[in-house]
Amino acid sequence: MSDATIQAEAKNRSLWGDVWVQFKSHKGAMVGTFVFVFILLAVAIGPYLWNLDPTFANIRERNQGMSWAHPFGTDQLGRDTLAQLLQGGRVSIAVGVTAMLISLIVGTAIGVLAGFFKRIDGLLMRTTDLFLALPLLPLLLVIIMLFRDTLRKAFGPETGIFILIVFIIGITSWMQTARIVRGDVLALKEREFVLAARSIGTPSLRLILRHILPNVLSPIMVSATLGIANAIITESALSFLGLGFPSDFPTWGRLLYDGAQYIDNYPSRVVWPGLAITLTVISVNFIGDGLRDALDPRIRGR
Amino acid sequence: MLDGTKPLVRVDDLKMHFPIFKGVLRRRVGEVKAVDGVSFEIYEGETLGLVGESGCGKSTVGRALLRLYDITDGHIEIDGSDISTLSGEALRDMRPRMQMIFQDPQASLNPRMTVGSIIAEPLDEHTNLTRKEKREKVAKLMDAVGLARRFADRYPHEFSGGQRQRIGIARALALNPKFIVCDEPIAALDVSIQAQVVNLLEDLQQEFGLTYLFISHDLSMVRHLATRVAVMYLGKIAELAPRDALYADPKHPYTQALLSAVPHPDPAGDRQHERIILKGDVPSPANPPKGCNFCTRCPKVMEICRSETPEWREVDAGRFVACHLYN
Repeated sequence: MSDATIQAEAKNRSLWGDVWVQFKSHKGAMVGTFVFVFILLAVAIGPYLWNLDPTFANIRERNQGMSWAHPFGTDQLGRDTLAQLLQGGRVSIAVGVTAMLISLIVGTAIGVLAGFFKRIDGLLMRTTDLFLALPLLPLLLVIIMLFRDTLRKAFGPETGIFILIVFIIGITSWMQTARIVRGDVLALKEREFVLAARSIGTPSLRLILRHILPNVLSPIMVSATLGIANAIITESALSFLGLGFPSDFPTWGRLLYDGAQYIDNYPSRVVWPGLAITLTVISVNFIGDGLRDALDPRIRGR
Repeated sequence: MLDGTKPLVRVDDLKMHFPIFKGVLRRRVGEVKAVDGVSFEIYEGETLGLVGESGCGKSTVGRALLRLYDITDGHIEIDGSDISTLSGEALRDMRPRMQMIFQDPQASLNPRMTVGSIIAEPLDEHTNLTRKEKREKVAKLMDAVGLARRFADRYPHEFSGGQRQRIGIARALALNPKFIVCDEPIAALDVSIQAQVVNLLEDLQQEFGLTYLFISHDLSMVRHLATRVAVMYLGKIAELAPRDALYADPKHPYTQALLSAVPHPDPAGDRQHERIILKGDVPSPANPPKGCNFCTRCPKVMEICRSETPEWREVDAGRFVACHLYN
């Protein structure tokens, strides 16, 4: 071993420093991070810079193409597409991330519990099957009919519907995560390092946190990044059905569906929101990929 | 031989049966009798070698001894306290006295933890040391097992098999246990590394006054390391004797067959001793034969062996055999 390596070793390596170094070396992840940060900044401060009202209908300027006044054109009511995209991105990303977090937490918790504790495995997995077998659309209809008005009254029309949608998407999409995590936990549980932790006397909770969860990180990360995409798309489907946000409230999914009717004459109506969703999803996917590699010490060393 | 010392571990009629579930309703249709009535004592400071072929229940004995399983029946006494029915916090408090070294050093270390945190895990669980004290203790343990201190921030995959096993040994030593179960600690290592690890185990035994249960199928290693040897066959101990007596004059037909299979270092000398080749396979532990477990393959089988289980008795000073030949 050369002197240089020994000296490098003498400095304490910090875990997060190593993670960052590895993350930086993943080109896709870095590009993804830049794109995602750009999108986040755009939707966060964009509406203040581009201060056209996204809901203001200027009927004389409808269905315009790209111009300096309307860089992304206007829709059939003359509303500015850029302003709508920026405003709609806030909701779409918020819905995507929150719903993903809910489904991730529920899915991981159920998967780990089912895999780790044999006694409740049957019950939890049959519940998972039950949720998988539920017909989604009728369920959504019932939930929304039952709770929309109460939530609206309690939190106001927009927050109320936001909570409802996030909750619905969250509780109808955790099942895949739960199944994948359970499978991995079952395999991990039989590994000798878990037995070693038991022989030390590590109680179950710390055993899960210290030995099981870090090792099932990869599948969780993958379902998380895919979950964001799914949540954004589901939200648009709900809006399209008239079950989501009010019709004058722009979201990326709503813009996409509204534009779909005009795809023959004005394809740009579909391209812009589609591009926004795609870019978000791909960039998040790459970030997830890079994070997964960076958090795995076996890959990090290479 | 070790009359003066008191037994540290006392195992009495230990049974470990694993249930078999079958069918749509997962009904219990039987059980695998992995360990079926095993009794022995381990004296303070000695090494008891536990040998036997694959699947005879050696590892299960080791794990049941540390209460990694809920035992079916019997008693385990370690350092004067009965741990056979303890659970929860009471069992956790006993853990520091007994530790284990595992067979596969790759599988027994969490790939996502640094060496330092792996060795520190027992300290995290059972002591209230400060961060700095823990780091110091980990460094001392790494010195004791011959690992450079600067490796503490590395991950297990960056080490060779022998080094990984040293990490496992350091972890087992962290709480100053009295009793260590070595579950085939050298089976997954190169021959050259095996010697290093075995010598390390011997040195540590001297230094810390450890008591080992050394599980292995390597008869020559056991001969080198153990003070007494127990031979297991199909969930039961066939013979238990001081090392030299056992290797010089094996009593049980199974021990004789096992020892005759050890290759002789001198091929000329090898021709003189007759090799006993056992016929047939080991019966399933789910359905052991009636009478003596070894009766289906024993070259000296008698009528009584097929009907009655041989008693576990002392035939000579310190020599225990379960065989009808010595009635």
